[in-house]
Amino acid sequence: MAATQKEIVDGLAEIVNEIAGIPVEDVQLDKSFTDDLDVDSLSMVEVVVAAEERFDVKIPDEDVKNLKTVGDATDYILKHQA
Amino acid sequence: MSKIKPSKGAPYARILGVGGYRPTRVVPNEVILETIDSSDEWIRSRSGIETRHWANDEETVAAMSIEASGKAIADAGITAEQIGGVIVSTVSHFKQTPAVATEIADKLGTNKAAAFDISAGCAGFGYGLTLAKGMVVEGSAEYVLVIGVERLSDLTDLEDRATAFLFGDGAGAVVVGPSNEPAIGPTVWGSEGDKSETIKQTVPWTDYRTGQVEKFPAITQEGQAVFRWAVFEMAKVAQQALDAAGISSSDLDVFIPHQANERIIDSMVKTLKLPGSVTVARDVRTTGNTSAASIPLAMERLLATGEAKSGDTALVIGFGAGLVYAATVVTLP
Ligand SMILES: CC(C)(COP(=O)(O)OP(=O)(O)OC[C@H]1O[C@@H](n2cnc3c(N)ncnc32)[C@H](O)[C@@H]1OP(=O)(O)O)[C@@H](O)C(=O)NCCC(=O)NCCS
Repeated sequence: MAATQKEIVDGLAEIVNEIAGIPVEDVQLDKSFTDDLDVDSLSMVEVVVAAEERFDVKIPDEDVKNLKTVGDATDYILKHQA
Repeated sequence: MSKIKPSKGAPYARILGVGGYRPTRVVPNEVILETIDSSDEWIRSRSGIETRHWANDEETVAAMSIEASGKAIADAGITAEQIGGVIVSTVSHFKQTPAVATEIADKLGTNKAAAFDISAGCAGFGYGLTLAKGMVVEGSAEYVLVIGVERLSDLTDLEDRATAFLFGDGAGAVVVGPSNEPAIGPTVWGSEGDKSETIKQTVPWTDYRTGQVEKFPAITQEGQAVFRWAVFEMAKVAQQALDAAGISSSDLDVFIPHQANERIIDSMVKTLKLPGSVTVARDVRTTGNTSAASIPLAMERLLATGEAKSGDTALVIGFGAGLVYAATVVTLP
């Protein structure tokens, strides 16, 4: 069953917490991965791969650079999840 | 039909000795910052690299190989005349023919050892090791020298932000010889030529000769695509090599991945869930990425510093341009 927006944000929060050690409550829709959450471009690749597995989506490299905020990633996953 | 006598090899093969050569010139990140807009902090945080070695005119591919091989032969406790095969993996020897392996075999004092070069990028050490093991077990050579050597500084575009800080020069060598016990596991290897664009030489030499390009050819890469492939696909290959050797990660003493980037190493360790008891090679910090030379150089350093010891069980994995990869489990010399 497709994940809801809340489930996706919660999932991303767990992933970001695991990869960058950021508290889950800091991971909000308007937060930028690189500027607010200490996720640099290489950690972002790890976040993307973890999200692909968790939400059953494919996020190609060329789309990764458009995912600036948690909201961008959430929308992308909502639209593309299988 | 006449009967052909089969060759007779050793029951198994093992690495008997290792040696390395690092060029005398140490190049800190400050020197890289003269040609690219970057910072020491950025380079360290994205790659772990603090310094690398660049070869001078005398430190040729052959000269560095001879130094490293001399140490490996002494470490193995054999003499050069006993070497029956010399395999050199390199992508940065600028004389296409003859193979540089022949000059190295001669200058080392081997007795006309079979000698040839291979091209398998950053997986070159694993490819050479696999061939050497086959030669020892099949009986076409009793001892085989496997050399990984690069002068990547000659193939680096110092104005390219994605690669200027990454590459270094050096040579690493091992002697492979007979063993009564299995000491080199099954190799898990392969190629993915559909991804050949992700790491490659910018243009063929001939384009430079005919003036179609002004810049000397260099290695370029799509950093993020390579990072994703290296961390996630190569962790699977590493796991397959452990499984093929019947070794669980708790049996493992040492992990020596190709020293491409410390961030790749960190992520692989995480993805493989290696226990804290496993010693992880991080030679990239002071050696940079030396392609085919990186695994034997890292192996030599771990043994020299005492972080690893003879008899330890080590997982080695190389991966790079091709794309190609090779992973196996070995007993350290
Ligand atoms: C090369 C590598 C470190 C680059 O990191 P990256 O995160 O992919 O870099 P990107 O090109 O996406 O750039 C990310 C940001 O850093 C900046 N940047 C790129 N190169 C930089 C440099 N040398 N110094 C400072 N900043 C740099 C970019 O401008 C970009 O900034 P922006 O987000 O504000 O636009 C990384 O991709 C890598 O190591 N990949 C694996 C390569 C490898 O090991 N290959 C050999 C395998 S055998």
